[in-house]
Amino acid sequence: MSAGLRVEGLCRSFGGLQVTRSVDLDVAPGERHLLIGPNGAGKTTLFNLIAGDLRPDSGRITLGSVDVTRESTAHRAQRGVARTYQIVTLFGRDPLLHNVKLALLGRSPMRWRQWGDFSTDARLRERALAVLDSVGLAAKADLPLEQTSYGEKRRLEIAMALAQSPSLLLLDEPLAGLSSSERTTITELLSGISGEITIVMIEHDMQAALAFADRITVLHNGQVVLAGTRQDVVDDPRTREIYLGH
Amino acid sequence: MKRLLLVAVAAAALTLPLWAGGAYYVNLASQVMIAALFAMSLNLLVGYAGLTSLGHAGYLGLSAYISGWLMLRLGWGHGASALAALAGTTATAALFGLVALRASGISFLMITLALGQILWGVAYRWADMTGGDNGLSGLTRPNPFGIDLAAPGHFYFFTLVVLTVVAGAIAMWVRSPFGASIRATRDQPRRASALGFNVSLIRWITFVVSGFLGGVAGLMYVYYHQFISPHSISLANSAEMLLMVIAGGPGTLVGPMLGATLVVLLKNLASAYVDRWVMLLGIVYVLIVLFLPGGIVAGLDRLGARLGRVPAAPRRTSEATPPPGATEASR
Repeated sequence: MSAGLRVEGLCRSFGGLQVTRSVDLDVAPGERHLLIGPNGAGKTTLFNLIAGDLRPDSGRITLGSVDVTRESTAHRAQRGVARTYQIVTLFGRDPLLHNVKLALLGRSPMRWRQWGDFSTDARLRERALAVLDSVGLAAKADLPLEQTSYGEKRRLEIAMALAQSPSLLLLDEPLAGLSSSERTTITELLSGISGEITIVMIEHDMQAALAFADRITVLHNGQVVLAGTRQDVVDDPRTREIYLGH
Repeated sequence: MKRLLLVAVAAAALTLPLWAGGAYYVNLASQVMIAALFAMSLNLLVGYAGLTSLGHAGYLGLSAYISGWLMLRLGWGHGASALAALAGTTATAALFGLVALRASGISFLMITLALGQILWGVAYRWADMTGGDNGLSGLTRPNPFGIDLAAPGHFYFFTLVVLTVVAGAIAMWVRSPFGASIRATRDQPRRASALGFNVSLIRWITFVVSGFLGGVAGLMYVYYHQFISPHSISLANSAEMLLMVIAGGPGTLVGPMLGATLVVLLKNLASAYVDRWVMLLGIVYVLIVLFLPGGIVAGLDRLGARLGRVPAAPRRTSEATPPPGATEASR
């Protein structure tokens, strides 16, 4: 199931600092949308607003045909919004498999069930193993998280988001801090994601990100400076100006 | 090994009145179990949900006061007043949860402290209802199925049954998918909500269940002492319960029981020999924090792991040896 995302006139400030200024964003169903901009442009804040971690001061967020502006993070997750974090945010005490099982549980009515043994639930385990397999981590399923590499943690982040069978996937710098071979792995992984899923990605690695994106939005000082197709944005002198500062 | 230990503990518990050496020790065992009940109810919040509460004695007191008051003043029977006490305590926990769960961490702790102090204040100041400082006395123990619980041995077994049922229920609950949800909200609340878990509702449910079980402990408490006074609701009492949980091992099933045993035994046995037993308790607590971070259970686990592997194996962070958690599938 695919859903488009529409953001209209979104504003958010922290004290006197306006981090998001009347941002508009239009992402078609199934589109790969790239969000770029220098540090402090408000990219992650925009993600937090879209995911529901932050409430906007004004503006509207529409998912598919539903206005989700006032909905909680959990509610939006149930509607199919899944995300990864710039800073790895996982359940560090638990093995990889448990992490994915939690991701599956989050969207299953089973999460309210007060009986039965979660750790031995065969169906959930099987589904979680399949998800881990899809990101090449099946062999490490039972390893505690602390024994995995940073790149594997990044893959687990993506696996957990995919386990939620999202309609909208928000990827916050999925390639940050990775070696070039790990980058290739993740880039391949991302290009393999079903076209049904709408993806908005923040990424600084232009080479990888540009190949991936259908359309690009450039954010600067909390405002949308430029939005358009890949070629439009790449050719525009303002992109260069913002990134290189001249 | 674990099963063997369980059988040994069960056998010891079932035969305790035979070998304990007198009513004093049987009663002491009952007190330990009542404290364990209470610590286990608090552990749901502190250990599993990661919400440290300093007002939990309020639920014990509330339940004890409601049941005592209904029996003394309105002449209700044991069954009806017990049900009313549990209902009243649960409803209060439901209300307090709405207030306290607006925050987490230190702010949550301060709100629960304040709410607990309100209950204490009511018990202390509303003398017409509660008997003020004198509390409610002249209460009786129930007679379930015609068994007279006034006898220490009978009461001991009654408490053992209640403890077993509650411990079993908690064990099942924390293993369930919902239990996994609770721990998820503890470890990564932000991620949990992004995964679709309704963090505040999950926390609230845990809060209410914890309050309800605190009420169960309160009933046992008032049956045992046949007396309830504001002292039982005091902050000192809440802190003592919290200490049991932290000393024993928060987030474990056995931890609160061990912590309760430690504190109650210290309190009753050490106080016979030293006046400043509270200081002794403080020293023990500091030692646990220093040498057994994570509580007694975590310490025993480490000890067991060390004894189990005869040539001291390298720490589990080492890449060379597979970790204890690794199964065949991971190699």
